[in-house]
Amino acid sequence: MAEPVHSDEPLLTTPLHAEHVALGARMVPFAGYDMPVQYPTGILTEHNWTREHAGLFDVSHMGQAALGGPDHETTARALEALIPADIVNLKPGQQRYSQLLDENGGILDDLMVTRPTTDEEKGYIYLVVNASMKEADYAHIQARLPQGVTLVRGDDRALLALQGPSAEGVLARLGSGAVNLSFMMSGWFEIAGLRCHVSRSGYTGEDGFEISVKSDDAVALWRALLADPDVKPIGLGARDSLRLEAGLCLYGHDIDPTTSPIEAGLTWSIQKRRREEGGFPGAARIQRELKEGPARVRVGIRPEGRAPAREGTVITTPDGREVGIVTSGGFGPTVNGPVAMGYVARDVSSVGTDLHLIVRGKPLPAKVAAMPFAPHRYKR
Amino acid sequence: MTTRYTKDHEYIRVEGDAGIVGISDYAQGQLGDVVFVELPSVGKTLSKGDEAAVVESVKAASEVYAPVSGEVVEVNSELESSPGTVNEDPAGRGWFMKIRLTDPSELDGLMTEEQYQEFVKSIS
Repeated sequence: MAEPVHSDEPLLTTPLHAEHVALGARMVPFAGYDMPVQYPTGILTEHNWTREHAGLFDVSHMGQAALGGPDHETTARALEALIPADIVNLKPGQQRYSQLLDENGGILDDLMVTRPTTDEEKGYIYLVVNASMKEADYAHIQARLPQGVTLVRGDDRALLALQGPSAEGVLARLGSGAVNLSFMMSGWFEIAGLRCHVSRSGYTGEDGFEISVKSDDAVALWRALLADPDVKPIGLGARDSLRLEAGLCLYGHDIDPTTSPIEAGLTWSIQKRRREEGGFPGAARIQRELKEGPARVRVGIRPEGRAPAREGTVITTPDGREVGIVTSGGFGPTVNGPVAMGYVARDVSSVGTDLHLIVRGKPLPAKVAAMPFAPHRYKR
Repeated sequence: MTTRYTKDHEYIRVEGDAGIVGISDYAQGQLGDVVFVELPSVGKTLSKGDEAAVVESVKAASEVYAPVSGEVVEVNSELESSPGTVNEDPAGRGWFMKIRLTDPSELDGLMTEEQYQEFVKSIS
């Protein structure tokens, strides 16, 4: 058995670090933070608990920030110059998934964009970016903002995700009005007496909430949510298997500067006005790919046996022509079998196409499969 | 009957001229939930340190190395349908393969139970 490699670099911690340690979590370095990969019951149990009840995730390592300007339209236009989503027409409280793009339409990061609801927040737009990319993202954004629009880091805030079919009931028992939100909507709500910015969204395919709270209140919120018998803490291991089954991209794996949103199957996140008008980095390539179709596309893959195919696995046709590569792969506990996603040439990308995955030198039969592997259960 | 351990956390429990090979309780705990095991074919000849099997958890794949040289005479095919047995009973029903030893003196280079427990303490 090979030993994992450890780095000696000092790691950052979230405000909930001591809570994880006290719960017996196995801590691992992730994006420069010391994070819980699993708690004592293990990844399978945590995964299944989230699908059946409610899982609580500490995602405080992610980058929370705000863009501030004189009014919504000015701030929205500044952001639209960097991402392909329609932000100008976001309704108060509405949230969208988008991508920071480079000049070639490659993905620098993916992010959540939210228009706040109150008068005091007028002209602000909230962002949540990946932990591993936040410094690069902030520098990229700051360097491209017009006069009058500024980036404000939210480093004093923690982020918790409560995910699963029981999540709504848990917040209802705590008397929170956040239960009235629909999918991809947000607002300020009290939870257990704490002022939280809540959105109905997540990274598991389940109904659920992402809850931003002042770092000083993070432990109180964490404990209040965990006090409900329907809630268990969930680590990064199950977060990964849950998002893989939900068909959601992981930055640095399924999407990166070499992939465009069209290749990645994220066309749905580029609203009609932006597709037509362009005006974002790489618009020419993206409009061309929309018209002609990309040369390769991200697809779901189901290996036919029990062996998982991991990231980096070469994909061939049954007659041995190399046609792509796996970008995420593992075991799907809800599917009860191996699942993967990856990029393949467009001519072998339709659902049901027979492929081979080269695992430890041997071709394993697999088929292109529809995603998500586990059905989304959002409250729209 | 003697049990010996490698630094890579395999055990071999020797009875007569053959030994049962598996991974230690510490190793299964470090791996987490085992979801797939790839076993060698019966009749395969292994040299000490060769990759003998693959064990996959939800997170990652790990190799299991042959603790001694010899021929694979039996494999635990139950692991194909119930890989979780490796977590539940690593020293018993969660065994991987039976190897007929070519050179029993190779066992002298492996750790005893006591030495292995000390080793685990030193790395955890």
